[in-house]
Amino acid sequence: MAKIIERTAKDIGLVETQYFAFGNHPGELALESGEKLGPVTLAYETYGTLNKDKSNAILILHALTGNAHVAGFHPDEKDPGWWDNMIGHGKAFDIDKYFVICSNIIGGCQGSTGPSSINPKTGKPYGLDFPLITIKDMVNAQAHLVRSLGIKKLLCAAGGSMGGMQVLQWAVSFPEMVATAIPIATSARHSPQQIAFNEVGRQAIMADPDWQDGHYYGKSAPARGLAVARMIGHITYMSDVSMAEKFGRRVKEEHADRKFSPDFEVEGYLQYRGDNFVKRFDANSYLYITKAIDRFDLTNGSPLEKIFKAAASVKFLVIAFKSDWLYPAYQSKEIVKACKQAQIDVSYCELNSTYGHDAFLVEVAEQEHFIRNFLRRISDE
Amino acid sequence: MSNNQSEPVDLKKVKLEYRVILDLIPKGSSVLDLGCGDGKLLNLLVKTKNVRGSGIEIDEQAVRKCASLGISVSQQDIEGGLSDYGDKSFDFVILNQSLQQVVKLEYVLKETLRVGSKVIIGFPNFVYYKSRLQMVFDGRTPVTPSLPNMWYDTPNLHFLSISDFLAYCRARNLTIEKAIYLDGNRPVKIFPNFFAQTGIFLIKNRN
Repeated sequence: MAKIIERTAKDIGLVETQYFAFGNHPGELALESGEKLGPVTLAYETYGTLNKDKSNAILILHALTGNAHVAGFHPDEKDPGWWDNMIGHGKAFDIDKYFVICSNIIGGCQGSTGPSSINPKTGKPYGLDFPLITIKDMVNAQAHLVRSLGIKKLLCAAGGSMGGMQVLQWAVSFPEMVATAIPIATSARHSPQQIAFNEVGRQAIMADPDWQDGHYYGKSAPARGLAVARMIGHITYMSDVSMAEKFGRRVKEEHADRKFSPDFEVEGYLQYRGDNFVKRFDANSYLYITKAIDRFDLTNGSPLEKIFKAAASVKFLVIAFKSDWLYPAYQSKEIVKACKQAQIDVSYCELNSTYGHDAFLVEVAEQEHFIRNFLRRISDE
Repeated sequence: MSNNQSEPVDLKKVKLEYRVILDLIPKGSSVLDLGCGDGKLLNLLVKTKNVRGSGIEIDEQAVRKCASLGISVSQQDIEGGLSDYGDKSFDFVILNQSLQQVVKLEYVLKETLRVGSKVIIGFPNFVYYKSRLQMVFDGRTPVTPSLPNMWYDTPNLHFLSISDFLAYCRARNLTIEKAIYLDGNRPVKIFPNFFAQTGIFLIKNRN
């Protein structure tokens, strides 16, 4: 359990990341590819208190570059976790009522087993020897974590973007383990446009001479390539309107005297975001995770409503944002339609926002209204 | 925040239009409310009839209110939302005070009869006697409690009378199981096409 050291009115205070290890030989995690991965470590954090019958647990799932640190502060950090505005005392996911768990993913680089982890067979980082993973593999690993906490059934699985894909996979793979699902700004399968943006990001990384076919650990990392990948990502997370509001055509105050140094604030912002990202993220993880997202197709060639029949007992709240052009609302509507055809209890809202895909991280008040009331209805039943 | 979800229902305070619809629906039915607005009717149905209810509503503020009441609602337009459902997914589909506002009226009616075993339709009677008086003597487009908007800001696209609807049902081979006529909070027994502001019909496909 995360130690809650200090607490203000709504904030959680200091929290610690926990680590769950499993999958020692011969109990390795069986992957969709047929390969086995073990041992496996999953980073996670928890907030609030698990009730006696262990029925108040909510699992939060994160997006591409997120991590287990969803709320509260780590020592020496000035920014709280990535969804701190949604998780806390009296917030949308109210930790006075619910026991909130946020799990990292396999394939990542923020405390869980991924390509930068040590391969027990060689004693060196896996690099590209790390097996290809899928969203389903991530969820299977998380199921081990949830069971290890003694939880038979989650009250809810919730998350945005890739987190939403994990939510959908949870509902379909483990319907007996989730009472409700809140997929936000997500899709049941990646579209060609979404795959295309990810591919440009991957090509930028692999075109960086420092990438060295993924064997750059202990040497200089492909920072330029990864920064460009992140810049492309950021463009797709914003909207035309949010960029115009944030930057306009304003010119940077200080700029170098080279011909093609950044003139506009938007250029400076993207470079700053890119450069910051490489300090905390591993390029190979970016390749593996974006590939898992691109390969995600819950339908598996069948109609989605057929797949959702497995999740008939799960109640859904689906949320989309009008200005999100990376995960457009029509993709959420496809999920809603499949729910309806599978006779699943589903609510859907399409929220007004100018923030584009980023809206799920920043549009707190509206999401809070729908999530709080949905969870209250479920808890009352 | 008030806990709207657990407030008890006092049926005496419920308007007659809603009580009439409540009476048409047996306990435990499944109900889809098209254009469910703030979810008041669905909430009544869930609380008093224990229905499995869901709604479709396009307006974001109305959808917010549905969420406060703990109603399952999809924020969609009626035309788009109906095609999501399989045949006979619901015992009842309600189209109360929204029929006159849909663009593809015939398509929507056909779809409701596909999706629901029975359909409840409520609409304002355009030829209510006070409307007729306003047209004949004032020469103005009528404004009444059931048609409260001015001509320039009305959401209504179709203006129909009770007689129009009866003729339509005959022409399309629809069985009217029940017809209830209201003038505000009073039932109307005689000359409904003249005295009623609202008509509420329980219909289904013949055979």
